[in-house]
Amino acid sequence: MTTANPAVGRPGSPAPSLRRKASRGTILADRAATVVLWGTGVLVLAILGAIILHFAIAAWGVVSPSFVLDDPSDTVLGGIMPVLWNSLYILVLTMLIAVPVGILGGIYMSEYAGDNAVTSAIRFAEESISSVPSIVVGLFGLILFVDDFHWGFSALAGSLALTFFNLPLMTRLAEQALRAVPQEERNASLALGATKWQTIRHVVLPLAIPGLTTGVILTAGRVFGEAAVLLFTSGLGTPPHYDFTNLDLTNPASPWSPFRPATTLSVYIYKLNSEGLGAFKNQIVDGSAAILISMVLLFNLGARLIGRVLTRRLTAA
Amino acid sequence: MSTGDEMPATAIYSEPVLRRVEVTTSRAADEFAERADDVKIKTQHVSIKYGEKVAVRDVSLTVQARSILALIGPSGSGKSTFLRCFNRMNDLIPGASVEGEVCLDGENVTDPDVSVVELRRRVGMVFQRPNPFPMSIYENVAYGPRRRGQNNRRALDQLVETSLKRAALWDEVKDDLRRKSGLALSGGQQQRLCIARVLATDPEVILMDEPASALDPVSTLRIEELMRELREAYTIVIVTHNMQQAARVSDVTAFFTMAEDRAGYLVEVGPTGRIFTRPNERLTEDYISGRFG
Repeated sequence: MTTANPAVGRPGSPAPSLRRKASRGTILADRAATVVLWGTGVLVLAILGAIILHFAIAAWGVVSPSFVLDDPSDTVLGGIMPVLWNSLYILVLTMLIAVPVGILGGIYMSEYAGDNAVTSAIRFAEESISSVPSIVVGLFGLILFVDDFHWGFSALAGSLALTFFNLPLMTRLAEQALRAVPQEERNASLALGATKWQTIRHVVLPLAIPGLTTGVILTAGRVFGEAAVLLFTSGLGTPPHYDFTNLDLTNPASPWSPFRPATTLSVYIYKLNSEGLGAFKNQIVDGSAAILISMVLLFNLGARLIGRVLTRRLTAA
Repeated sequence: MSTGDEMPATAIYSEPVLRRVEVTTSRAADEFAERADDVKIKTQHVSIKYGEKVAVRDVSLTVQARSILALIGPSGSGKSTFLRCFNRMNDLIPGASVEGEVCLDGENVTDPDVSVVELRRRVGMVFQRPNPFPMSIYENVAYGPRRRGQNNRRALDQLVETSLKRAALWDEVKDDLRRKSGLALSGGQQQRLCIARVLATDPEVILMDEPASALDPVSTLRIEELMRELREAYTIVIVTHNMQQAARVSDVTAFFTMAEDRAGYLVEVGPTGRIFTRPNERLTEDYISGRFG
């Protein structure tokens, strides 16, 4: 019988001391790894903190209830209500399309498609679209929706272009979330005589909610912050005063209509910062950036909360 | 150490276990003969392949209704693979194929026309690692019936209660059925919950794949007692690595081993008492007396 440890089974030799020091090199490498990994973590936090802090200071005195609720103005500070509304509107419209389609695609990729030429092609397409520069996706939206479909600059054109851009990411993240559900859970359900769809619907999807929530948050963050895609599709003019009592969806003057130009917060910041001339330009840009960051953080926290409540409701865990 | 050739099995059993084995020996042998026409499952020349690799070769055996068949043998002898062909769980493994016939009440379940959903309702399965869903105890038990459209609250309440009682878990969980997650139970309780979950689908056959191997000795004994009770109404097939467990609970034992080409095959099958005291095959004797595997 051979043993890995030469000290074992050799009666004469003393057991190695527990006090024996590891070599200096090993200790140094261990310390260095600890420092580098800690440092990286701190760096990530510091970057986020610096961004938030910068805009919190810059926007101090600008952000107020009236800044959020008023229309833009050429003569006074005014507000950003219409562009904030447009950002939320396009976010909701895009997510309404991208989330269900992305989850269905993820279910197909994870539960139905095997590993074959078709799925390799789909994965290749997913990665390619995700890495196409967003300005190119915007240009494509301009040609297809704005010009060919004659929709003009519109919220719908912007949302669909954003869906094109984000669907691959959402699908991929949904697929990963579903694949992370242990096979044993599926087996338990199938062995009880549940069908494949029942197993997906009642076991796999509820268990994948935390992962799906992450997918929704990452996708929404990209939608909320995206400017390049929307420059060419939903337009960049200063919006008019919105009359929220106008519920006629076919009327471009209604803020509820998807067929109206809809400048979003990110596009508005880009526009003001590059070509704005008003006296309050810098204050408005800083204030808008602060609101944009707050909205993203709020959305992330909200999505996590909803994900947790859903998990509890669906799994009673 | 030389084990006496006359009584090879005795050396490894403690006294009480041995006495029980002897009791089952004579009784099981008689019953086995008496109920020979009451066949629940019959396999004929079953071979199972994963791609090109043969995992199980040419197994033919019968399982009597309301009896416990134990499949024993070393790792890799194909016991679990063979067990999974009774409820077509091998369908889920890419590249797996089954040849031969597996008849449940005379109907070949390997026929592509057979509804696996209906098959798996009639042939339930308990896995090696307790795997309750991350849902309440109540919803775990109600899962199978709900998937078949049973949504009547009173009927479900009734079904959950009787299933948990039959699985000897009711008294421990009745106070927080709906609040407590199945995952909050102990390992042994979780496994009994999994058994209750199977019972709620009203099966005829229950397959158990090493159901106690992840449990402590006390929980193991409770599961074994439960199996003896369930035997009155159900046909049970259990895979176990624990030979004493096979000796304690089963009526019939089938010994599998691995051939030189690593394919599993059935060496012999017979009343548990005889297999453990007077096996026909030298291989069986070596295995149960601890000289192999």
